Amino acid sequence: MKKINSILSLLVLVVIMIGCGGDGDRKKSGAMATNAAERVYVAPGEHDEFYGFFSGGFSGQMSVYGLPSGRLLKVMPVFSQDAEKGYGYNEGTKPMLNTSYGFIPWGDLHHVDISQTNGELDGRWVFTHENNTPRVARIDLNTFETGEILEIPNSAGNHSFAITENTEYLIAGTRFAIPSPQRDMSIEDMKGNFKGPLTFVKIDQETGGMELAFQVIMPGFNFDLAHPGRSASHGWMFATTYNSEEANTLLEVNASQNDKDFIVALNWKKIEEYVKNGGGTMMDAEYAHNVYNHNSSTATSTMKKGVKTVDPKDIPGAVFFMPIPKSPHGCDVDPTGEYIVGSGKLAAELTVFSFSKMIKAIEDKNYDGDAYGIPILKYEDILGGIVKQPGLGPLHTEFDGKGNAYTTFFISSEVVKWSLKDYQVIDRKPTYYSVGHLMIPGGNSRKPFGKYLVAMNKITKDRYLPTGPEMNHSAQLYDISGDKMELLLDFPTIGEPHYAAGIPADLIKQNSKKIYRLDENEHEHAVRNESETRVERKGNEVHVYMTMIRSHFAPDNIEGIKVGDKVYFHVTNLEQDFDVPHGFAMIGANTAELLIMPGATKTMLWEPKRIGVYPLYCTDFCSALHQEMQGYVRVSPAGSNPELKWSLDGD
Amino acid sequence: MKTSGIIMILGSALLLGLFYFPLWNITLGAPQYPEPLGMDIYISGIQGEEEFDIQNIDGVNHYIGMKKIPKPEEMWEFNVFPLVIGGMAGLGILLGFLGFFRKISPNWFLGWFVLMLVLGVLGMYDFNVWLTDYGTDLDPKAILKLTDEAGNPISYKPPLFGTQQILNFTAHSYPRLGAWLMFAGMFLTLVAWWIGKRSLKTQNI
Ligand SMILES: [Cu+2]
Repeated sequence: MKKINSILSLLVLVVIMIGCGGDGDRKKSGAMATNAAERVYVAPGEHDEFYGFFSGGFSGQMSVYGLPSGRLLKVMPVFSQDAEKGYGYNEGTKPMLNTSYGFIPWGDLHHVDISQTNGELDGRWVFTHENNTPRVARIDLNTFETGEILEIPNSAGNHSFAITENTEYLIAGTRFAIPSPQRDMSIEDMKGNFKGPLTFVKIDQETGGMELAFQVIMPGFNFDLAHPGRSASHGWMFATTYNSEEANTLLEVNASQNDKDFIVALNWKKIEEYVKNGGGTMMDAEYAHNVYNHNSSTATSTMKKGVKTVDPKDIPGAVFFMPIPKSPHGCDVDPTGEYIVGSGKLAAELTVFSFSKMIKAIEDKNYDGDAYGIPILKYEDILGGIVKQPGLGPLHTEFDGKGNAYTTFFISSEVVKWSLKDYQVIDRKPTYYSVGHLMIPGGNSRKPFGKYLVAMNKITKDRYLPTGPEMNHSAQLYDISGDKMELLLDFPTIGEPHYAAGIPADLIKQNSKKIYRLDENEHEHAVRNESETRVERKGNEVHVYMTMIRSHFAPDNIEGIKVGDKVYFHVTNLEQDFDVPHGFAMIGANTAELLIMPGATKTMLWEPKRIGVYPLYCTDFCSALHQEMQGYVRVSPAGSNPELKWSLDGD
Repeated sequence: MKTSGIIMILGSALLLGLFYFPLWNITLGAPQYPEPLGMDIYISGIQGEEEFDIQNIDGVNHYIGMKKIPKPEEMWEFNVFPLVIGGMAGLGILLGFLGFFRKISPNWFLGWFVLMLVLGVLGMYDFNVWLTDYGTDLDPKAILKLTDEAGNPISYKPPLFGTQQILNFTAHSYPRLGAWLMFAGMFLTLVAWWIGKRSLKTQNI
C-alpha cells in the first residue's frame, strides 16, 4: 500500500511538473520572455542597423524606415504631389510629374529595388515604378530625393519590375495588355490582338540616368512580377503571367480557367545583342523624360518620340514559356541563380524550377508546343522540386542566403520557411493579416543579410487603436536568425507597401548629404548673398530674388506688385549648416509652401488677386527667432503704376 | 658642443611646424550641435574645423551681438606672428650652427629660450586680450542681451585654456599640434643649453 501511495504521489508530482513545464513554455512565447522588445529597441540617439525602403502603393510615395525599430525616417515623394515638401507644387519640381497625358498629380508606386553590383546591393540608387500611368523612377541615395522619372510608352499597368545584377537594365512589364500600337478597336477582339510589351531601360553607371533601350512585344498576357537571373542565370530575366486565357472581362473567373499559366524566361543578353546589330523596328510613341538636377533644385521635362520594338519570334532561342500552375504572382530567383520559385496564387503547392534543367531542355529543343510562336518548355523537364502543402495562396518568396526560402501565403495568412535542399517546410508563423510581399534585406540579391524578415500585410483590422474605417497597412518584423522565426514587432506603414528593399545602413549613411553647397547652386535664379537680392519686373511678371538666413528674409518689404501680376519668388536658403531648412509661405498662393534646404533655391508662383498688404513667413521652425521670420508684400490695383521697391531694415 | 648644436637646430626647427599645424583650437558643442563647431587657430589666421564652421559660429554668435571671427587681413597679429616665428626659428638654427662649430657659448641658447618665452607670453597675453574683446565687445543692437545676477552684461569670452560653459554651448580651448611642437622645440633648446654647458665643463676639466 505504501508503495502504491508513493507511486501515486510520484505520478502526481510528474503531472504537476509537466503542467508547470507546459505553462513555462507558453510564457516563453510571450514578448517579455523572448525579450522581443529589447531586440527591436534602438536606444534614443542610436541608429538602426538597416534602412528599409518601403513602397507606398496608392500613396505614390516611398517611405524610409529604420530596422529593426520600425521607426519612420522619411517619406520621399516620387509619383504624387507632396504638399509638405512642395514636391510637384513648386516651379522646380512640377516638371517631374509631367507625362504624355500632361501633368498627373498622383501615382501608384509598387515595387522597389536597390541598385546592385555583381549581384550585391551597392546603395547607389533605389528604383521604382508606377502602375497606373506607366513610369519608372530613380531615387538618389545621397539626397534621398527623386532624381528621374521616365514614362514607359506602349504599356499599361506597368508592373513586373526588376533590376539586373549589375544595374545594367531596369525591366518594366505590362500588366494590362493593350493594343500595340494603341488603336480604336473592339474590346471583344482582344484575344490575339492585344500585346504585353516588356520594356528594357538602360541605366547609366555614372549617373543612374535612364534611357529607353527596347521593348519586347510579348503576347497579350498580363505580366505580373519579374526578377532578374543572378550568378548562374545572369543574363536572363523571369516574369510571371496571368490571364493567359486573354479574357477581357470578369477576369477573376475568366482568367482563372487555365490549369497552367506561364513564367516567361527571357535571355536579355541575346536580345541586347540583336538590337545592337540593328535588329528591331522603331514604333511611334511619345513619352516624357523628367530629370531633376539636385544642384539647381529644378527638373526639366523632355517629350521624347519613338521606341525600338522587338518581336520575340525574330530572335530564336531568346524567349521561352515555363508552364506553372494557376495564375502565378511571384517568381523569385534564389541567391545562386539556380532556383526559380513560382507561386501560383491559386495552386496548392509551390513550384521550383531549375535553371540548369531549363538550359538543358532548351538545348534539347524539347518543347511542348508554342504560344504565339514562343516555345513552351515541358513542366516535368524543368521542374526542380515541389513544396507540398505549404499553405494557401503563395505570393512571394525571398531568401536568407543560408539555403532557406521564405514564402508568404495570402489566404492562409502566414509566412512559411522551407529548405531549398529538400523542399521541406521548416517553420510557419501567422501574419496579421493576409500578407502580400515580404522583404529580407538583400533577399533579392546574391548576398542576403538573413537576420530580419518584414511581412507587409494587406489587412490590418484590430492590430492598432482603431482610426475609423480607414487604417494604415501593417508591417511585421520577424527575427529569422534562428531555426524558428520569431515575431518581434508590428509597425504601421504609409499607403500600401507592395514591396520593400532593405540594406545595411553602413552602405548608405556615409553618403548622405548634410547640405547643398551654395557655391554649387545652379538654380537659374539663385543669389549667393543678400547684396544680390532684388526685385525685377518683366511685363506682368515680377521676379523676386530673395534670401533666407536665421532669421530673416532679404528683402522682407516689397512694394510695386499689382493685382494680375505673376510673382515668382526665387528663394535661396543661405545657410550652410546641417539641418537648418527654412520654409516660405505666401497668403493666397494657390500652391504649397516652399521647403528649402541649406544652399538650395526654390521658386513659388504667386498671383495676387486683391489689393492690400500681405504677409509672408517662414514655415519651418528654424531658430529662437523663427516667429520673427516674416515680411510684407504690398499689392496695388491692376493698371496702376506703383514704383517697384524692396528693402530689409530700411536699406 | 656638437650634440648640443644639433639639438638646438632641431629644437628651433620644430617651431616651423606652426606654419603647417594649428596653434590652438576652440570647439563649441551644444545640444543642437552634437558634432561641435570648431575653429583652428593658426599663426596666420583662423580656419573652421569643418568647411562651414566659421560661418556657422558667426551665425550663432550674431544673436548675442559678437563680432565676426576676423579674417587674416583684419588682425595685425596674423601678419606679425609668422614673421616672429620664422625669425625665431631662423635665429635658433643659426645659433645652433654657430654652437656646432664652437663659435659661441651655449648661453646664447638660453638667451634664445628666454626671448622665445617672453615672446610666447606676450603672444598668449595678446590672444587673451582678443578673446576678451571678442567675448565682451558686443553689438548694442544684439538680439539677445543677457546680464548676470549683478546686472552686468554676460561675457561670452571663451577660456584661454580649458573648458567652460557659455549659455547652451560648452567651449573647449586647448593647444594643438603646432603648439605642442613649439613646446617640445623650446624644451629641446633648454636641453641643448644644458648639454652644451656640461660638455664645456668636461672639456675644461
Ligand atoms: Cu526660418
